Amino acid sequence: MEDLLAARAQMAMSLAFHIIFASVGMAMPLLMVIAEALWLKTGAKVYLLLAKQWAKGTAILFAVGAVSGTVLSFELGLLWPGFMNYAGPIIGMPFSLEGLAFFLEAIFLGIYLYGWERVQRYAHWFAGVMVLISGTLSGIFVVTANAWMNTPTGFSIANGTVTDINPVAAMLNPSSFSQCLHMCLAAFLAVAFATAGIHAYYLRRDRSNIFHRKAFAIALTVGSVMALLQPISGDISAKRLAKHQPIKLAAMEGQWETVHGAPLRIGGIPFEEFEETRYAIEIPKALSFLVHADFNAKIMGLKEIPKENRPPVAIVHIAFQLMVACGIVLLVAGCLGGWLAWRRKSLPIEGWYLRFVTLCTPLGFIAIEAGWTVTEVGRQPWVIYNIMRTADAVTPMPHLIVPFLSFTVLYIFLSIIVIILLRRLFRSTLAKAVSAGKI
Amino acid sequence: MFEFEFCIAGVMLISLILYVLTGGADFGGGIWDVFATGARANAQRKLITEAIAPIWEANHVWLIVIVVLLFVAFPPAFAAISTALHIPLTLMLIGIVLRGSAFVFRTYDVKEAGEHEPDRNEEREQSGPAYRRWSRVFAGASIITPIMLGVTLGAVATGTIHVNVENGQVDTDFVSSWLAPFPFAIGFFTLTLCALLAAVYLTLETEDSALQEDFRRRALIAAGSVGVMAWLSFMLSAEGAPTIRRGLSSSTWAICFHIITGTVSVTGMWAIWKRRFRLASALVPIQVGLIIFGWGVAQYPYLVAPALTFSNSAAPAVVLRLLLIIVGVGAVIVLPAFYYLYVVFKGRRRT
Repeated sequence: MEDLLAARAQMAMSLAFHIIFASVGMAMPLLMVIAEALWLKTGAKVYLLLAKQWAKGTAILFAVGAVSGTVLSFELGLLWPGFMNYAGPIIGMPFSLEGLAFFLEAIFLGIYLYGWERVQRYAHWFAGVMVLISGTLSGIFVVTANAWMNTPTGFSIANGTVTDINPVAAMLNPSSFSQCLHMCLAAFLAVAFATAGIHAYYLRRDRSNIFHRKAFAIALTVGSVMALLQPISGDISAKRLAKHQPIKLAAMEGQWETVHGAPLRIGGIPFEEFEETRYAIEIPKALSFLVHADFNAKIMGLKEIPKENRPPVAIVHIAFQLMVACGIVLLVAGCLGGWLAWRRKSLPIEGWYLRFVTLCTPLGFIAIEAGWTVTEVGRQPWVIYNIMRTADAVTPMPHLIVPFLSFTVLYIFLSIIVIILLRRLFRSTLAKAVSAGKI
Repeated sequence: MFEFEFCIAGVMLISLILYVLTGGADFGGGIWDVFATGARANAQRKLITEAIAPIWEANHVWLIVIVVLLFVAFPPAFAAISTALHIPLTLMLIGIVLRGSAFVFRTYDVKEAGEHEPDRNEEREQSGPAYRRWSRVFAGASIITPIMLGVTLGAVATGTIHVNVENGQVDTDFVSSWLAPFPFAIGFFTLTLCALLAAVYLTLETEDSALQEDFRRRALIAAGSVGVMAWLSFMLSAEGAPTIRRGLSSSTWAICFHIITGTVSVTGMWAIWKRRFRLASALVPIQVGLIIFGWGVAQYPYLVAPALTFSNSAAPAVVLRLLLIIVGVGAVIVLPAFYYLYVVFKGRRRT
């Protein structure tokens, strides 16, 4: 494996691993804060039990997220010193703000997880709110830095060197808003549906279990709201891409020719050697309409640019289809749940629906991984879009296969342990819930 | 002198001191987990766990602050350090990942016991095979990580990372800068500092006088080791880090500085000996802070000697000014919160 590929593989693997834990760190506080607020309001002990049990799972996942995030901040330099040397000052602002937000997140999470007996109940709840706010801000700041790599602004280049740096303009680049919105919603959506799915699984065995009923109700409500909002955010992202990164959009859609009235493709496989996408279901003129609100609007195709500047089209197209498919299933699950609940005026806990939601457990996370694949692979061969090639940013360090394999083995090992521990935790949740039912 | 880059460098040095005083002590806890012995071995482990559980993640953020400040304010230095010291930094990261994960896994890898028998639960927690397995990982990683942190800082101090200022290229074989006696002396020096801090803090974490005695003994051993490693590092610096050596030995202020650090260290040791634990846990952090501060000042004006100084590797002033504003606002928000965390978990216990 050549060193550039090893470096890219290590970065991709580290990001793919971290994003799951980072999303949990962002979104679980929302569920915990809702449960705890319901306890404060109603005094029903089941909500307190729920918040405490969710907090235990979050403690495990947040710790792994914190350490894998540290690895990433070093890997920026360990793998891409050329990129950091160039971009460090320009995108320093979001990174330093992220450091600040992460600091608050870690402090208040410590208070939230271990301070149940040590601070007053409203102070405890407030600590949870602070974790939610700072965790979300921390995610937003990091995504802002990534957005800059897609649409670099806030500087100019004179004689090959960077001048006129404007860190605020760099942070508020054209992609920031759409990417941050999309990622925040995705994190809440994925975590809420994963939580709902797990509780649905236990609820199917014991419909009357009040603990799982409340957990399912909170998680499903949050997940459904996010599932409804996410398509709007996706639309904003697509319109931004059409304007600023038309080639990435073309790769996502498998659009090779520049045409007026481009179709929307469902499925299909782009063949790079033939420069065409086959076996897709095409909805005529739909892409032009979705992006420009005009059935005959012009959409740029991949053939506009030389082959060496194109991203790997098949990966981007298929990852995009996968992301959208997962999103649609979750949207259906959310709408169906809302409709059932409205019609029955009660929690939708019929067997087939619980089974459906259980099957939805991993979909949000699959969508997140696929979505990041679209963003990152779709930007290739550039690390800074149209400015610096990924190949020019990589470290001169040889044998990069060694750290890549080391971190891969380490992360696989950690994933297995985390899954075992969470399973055990959910089983003991079950035991507690049963005894709670007796109270 | 009071230009932006020196302010940022000062903030980085303060952050490093705070990282060692807080996060370093968490690693020190892991070191004492290895050496938990005798009739109270389990009680020692329990005390260590309870002391670091709520705070280690927040303490750890100081390291992230340092890295971010380095790559935003001194990008060529970050690129050079992370290229030439790829290997020790990677080992440190693996240590960080394993330490943090093993610590939480140890807490939660407990076969469930019913709610109605909490005593049994606790007993299993302390002696079960899963607990012991994770303890070994936690302890091993707590030893590797500070050593590698010290090796990295020591290697930066050697002045052997050669950077071409024109194009930012680093001339390195990726090994010789850090695989040398001086960086490893600094590595073990860092380890002893962490062990000392942890042992001294732990004397205040318990009311049990037998446990206090255990950590008093450990603190004395650690304080002795710190003295030995300080002396050894200074000896090796003649060969290994001549620039630092000059900074630490040639001027009048340096001599005064040594006298102050030495006095604080000896008084700290006396306080441990006399069981004046509150006094000791005030003096020992000052001692450690002075040691790191001395190193930082001796580095001046070099960040990565011999080519990169604070001035020639600094980002443009507009970036630094904004960064300082963020640091200032951040300090106003974070420091009270950080203090509150410590008040909640480290304030006088009411049992």
